[in-house]
Amino acid sequence: MNSLLRIQAIVIKELIQLKRDRMTFGMVIMIPLVQLLLFAFAINTNIRHIPVGIVDQSQTALSRVLQQTITATSIVDFTRHYTSLAQAQAAIDRGDVRAVLVIPDDVSQRLVRHATVGFGTSSASDQETSRPIAQWLVDGSDTAIAASIKSLRNMPLAELLDKPVNRNVPTFEVTIIYNPEQRSVVNIVPGLVGIILTMTMIMFTSAAIVRERERGNMELLITTPLASLELMIGKIFPYIFIGAIQVIIILGLGYCFFNAPINGGLWQLTFATLLFICASLVLGLVISTLAKNQLQSMQMTVFILLPSILLSGFMFPYEGMPEIAQYIAEGLPATHFIRLVRGVVLRDVAVIDMTFDMLWLIGFTILGLILAALRFKKSLD
Amino acid sequence: MAELAIEANNLTRKFAEMTAVSSLNLQVEKQQIYGFLGPNGSGKTTAIRLFTGLLKPSSGHVKVLGYNLPVDAERLRRQIGYMTQKFSLYDDLTLTENMQFIARVYGLNPKEQKSRLDELISIYQLTALKKQLAGSLSGGQKQRLALACAVMHKPKLLFLDEPTSAVDPENRREFWEQLFDLCDQGVTILVSTHYMDEAERCHKLAILENGIKRADDSPAQLMANMPANVIEVSTDNLRQLKQQLVALPEVVSASQLGAHLRVLVNKSIADPMTFLKQSHIMPSHTAMHLVRASLEDVFVLSTGNHIMPRASINKVEQ
Repeated sequence: MNSLLRIQAIVIKELIQLKRDRMTFGMVIMIPLVQLLLFAFAINTNIRHIPVGIVDQSQTALSRVLQQTITATSIVDFTRHYTSLAQAQAAIDRGDVRAVLVIPDDVSQRLVRHATVGFGTSSASDQETSRPIAQWLVDGSDTAIAASIKSLRNMPLAELLDKPVNRNVPTFEVTIIYNPEQRSVVNIVPGLVGIILTMTMIMFTSAAIVRERERGNMELLITTPLASLELMIGKIFPYIFIGAIQVIIILGLGYCFFNAPINGGLWQLTFATLLFICASLVLGLVISTLAKNQLQSMQMTVFILLPSILLSGFMFPYEGMPEIAQYIAEGLPATHFIRLVRGVVLRDVAVIDMTFDMLWLIGFTILGLILAALRFKKSLD
Repeated sequence: MAELAIEANNLTRKFAEMTAVSSLNLQVEKQQIYGFLGPNGSGKTTAIRLFTGLLKPSSGHVKVLGYNLPVDAERLRRQIGYMTQKFSLYDDLTLTENMQFIARVYGLNPKEQKSRLDELISIYQLTALKKQLAGSLSGGQKQRLALACAVMHKPKLLFLDEPTSAVDPENRREFWEQLFDLCDQGVTILVSTHYMDEAERCHKLAILENGIKRADDSPAQLMANMPANVIEVSTDNLRQLKQQLVALPEVVSASQLGAHLRVLVNKSIADPMTFLKQSHIMPSHTAMHLVRASLEDVFVLSTGNHIMPRASINKVEQ
């Protein structure tokens, strides 16, 4: 009973302090708002309008039509014209353009013999017919850009010659479910919930204990009957609501402005989010008991935040990471939450069916809370 | 002998190379105001932290209100109040919010909370400040709030660490009146200070220096037992005379107070006035008076280079 009263004392105190701290209160709202707009617009794996150059050695009507057809895909924009290959290469070196299309002077002959256009059957041994019609020279240092230009490799050329398309039957039929339009924002919005919660939740609580110590309040607190665990629980409790508000902002805005779907049930979403909020808050508390001042606690927060952004599956698929990075990713609460939240929001799975990630977050929270309470000693030694 | 609130035996606390409290033997009787007098860095705060269980002793034993520390520190916490040297309540909470917080932490139920808060607010004259943020209070107001919070749960033993360092003289008087009221209600108070006038108000006093207790007794006894006589010398050219006087081995200390010198002469000299006259350094027209020792004299004698003879410390401890 008294224990509840003491936890209540801390919770009320934290809420009043938070209410008075306008800056922090503003950040609670502004961080998810701004970050959502930023990420949702900025992160796009479907790369478009890459600036490229052209070296047109044939100077024919055909080469110009070819150029227009490529422009129509909107993957590239021809921004520069070069007269020689050497000039084009220099432009790539300078970073003026990302790639250069070289159209050879015999482009017309190459085109009429080209397999896709449909003059006779193609045979790999036939050098004449299997020659490509033009060449891309690509700055491959950014793999995403190189991949986009590579996707032009098999561009259909039929409309160049007003011929019916001679499509081959594909080996596989690929049916894309959950995000048929392949919009990145669908995947990013739920992931962003994980990243923003990691950032704000850890940041709030990592400063929590340190701040009491820096401001000299700790000396008073430890002479009272307040137990460490009571202090820890009281400290994280108010922030659970803050976290919930942020989730509502991100998913709500994502739904309204970016048309990011919420397919799962709200209770499932609430459950998954609560698990992660608690895990993050507890992680912050552990940091807070380790750090000597607020600067240190900030540095440690960033130390956790960066791998959470890069390794959690938010930006790059988990499956593509080397094994060692996967191990690190498994140690981050964000990884497990991003799996859960994408499952719930995009695929409407029940949290309980993703047993491993659910149990991992619960276990992490309990262990972390115990660790923080043990690390926090009620003495000045 | 009266019941003891604090009993320390050979209590020592070291921080790395530095010994903050060294072999401290101390008995504090219940329902007394016990003072710690000492310069900054003399180990007052460390001693208080050892008595409250905030620090563990490096060696030695301490028993507070019958609890052995540090083992029973958690149980002791419900019985003691502690007012820290630096204001340690929340600057961004109002006065009432701070008091409510402390009341809840000590487990007062809502009804008790209200009546206790009203009571304390009227005792410590905080009514007008109820809605003010603690950070915007003056030194004296902060100190009254801190005291009100420290006695929230009616502790039997109160530790006050330099409670009046940021308070003007009038508020200090008022504050001490409140301490005597508390003492009258049965509370034992241990207060550290570096003000002589405050030390003189205590029932008993320990003079600390470099973590070592130099003397302890009631202020009156300390002054009576002082191993030196005090002579006030009025003449011209005091600065020069002072230099000459302190060169004499029998003169323990000489300090200027306005137009006269306060000279402490070792008690081994039976007639200090004659001794000074015969020292041939006094100008002809010199007025001398034998005066009552002050606590400052005791302090000067017990600390610095003028350590009391071992025998007199032992006598004091009995």
